[in-house]
Amino acid sequence: MACGKDGEQEQDPRIGGIAASIRVVPDFPKKGIMFQDITTLLLDPKAFKNTVDLFVERYIGKDVSVVAGIEARGFIFGPPIALAIGAKFIPLRKPRKLPGEVISEKYVLEYGTDCLEMHVGAVQPGDRALVVDDLIATGGTLCAAMNLLERAGAEVVECACVIELPELKGREKLNGKPLYVLVESR
Amino acid sequence: MKEVVMLEEENGVVDPRLQAIKAAIRVVPHFPKPGIMFNDITTMLLRPKVFKDAVEIFVDRYRDMSISAVAGVEARGFIFGPPIALALGAKFIPLRKPKKLPGEVISESYVLEYGTDSLEMHVGAVQPGERVIIIDDLVATGGTLCAAINLLERVGADVVECACLIGLPKFKGGCWLNGKPVYVLVDCRQ
Repeated sequence: MACGKDGEQEQDPRIGGIAASIRVVPDFPKKGIMFQDITTLLLDPKAFKNTVDLFVERYIGKDVSVVAGIEARGFIFGPPIALAIGAKFIPLRKPRKLPGEVISEKYVLEYGTDCLEMHVGAVQPGDRALVVDDLIATGGTLCAAMNLLERAGAEVVECACVIELPELKGREKLNGKPLYVLVESR
Repeated sequence: MKEVVMLEEENGVVDPRLQAIKAAIRVVPHFPKPGIMFNDITTMLLRPKVFKDAVEIFVDRYRDMSISAVAGVEARGFIFGPPIALALGAKFIPLRKPKKLPGEVISESYVLEYGTDSLEMHVGAVQPGERVIIIDDLVATGGTLCAAINLLERVGADVVECACLIGLPKFKGGCWLNGKPVYVLVDCRQ
């Protein structure tokens, strides 16, 4: 069951509604995984707006010039944040989806590896970047995303996710970069 | 029967926002294969004002049309659909490639140049009678948008319009999809 990050203390009143709007689908994509489905959040305009607002309030005025969103659910949350804070939006994609010149970062899956790509020239040295995805699990994908941005000379300010699965300890994988999440799911 | 509306020129006056949108789109030759001039919107996303203007043009159009849901086609429809949905106070419905959506889905096949693909939507995402717009970055053959229209109509939704940033030249004047109007901001750069 998803609950707000700080339990009962000092929780923004919007968090409860956001957590309640997330649907858990058992045994997806395979047995044993309790999938955190944010599509039900997207069907609740107020919850979706509150989600975006919470991120925007945190980052506005902090000189963030880039919001990088991880394909595909990071494409849903990243752009509204980017638009509200006046930052560029950069899609980080699975291999061979981005046209033109890309840089590529491999990461490890439970079985095998995968790869994330970013356009050459999307980011300039000195850009201050957020990485956005719907959820952090093991942290592998977020790590790959941060590496891409740092290789291009950007400074990753923070990773921002709607949901964290704390038992998978993804936070520890982030090389000391801060992580901000709205709800934890145990 | 409604015609495709190409917004570039209305009454002979070109909206400067549209010129900026068109100029911000990058053409990448021979992607994903030889002969295709790929219209890349990622360069537009690097220009916050231009991205914002594109969203605003759509929002201004649909603001008073009682739209209760915006459906976006994976993956680039996920970039444009949500900001429009948020501004309209509407639901956002992701239409996805097979096996990505968890739980119960309905599925619609469509034809590719070689073979077929399919698009899925969650059961229960939209109710009968809801007024919906469909968003994607670009319309080419219209195959994907047609599949999207079918998915929504099968559950009884009222597809008001399909909206894309870019349309291939064949959409200029007189084409529509499944009887639904298609609204396009700029034509394809070649």
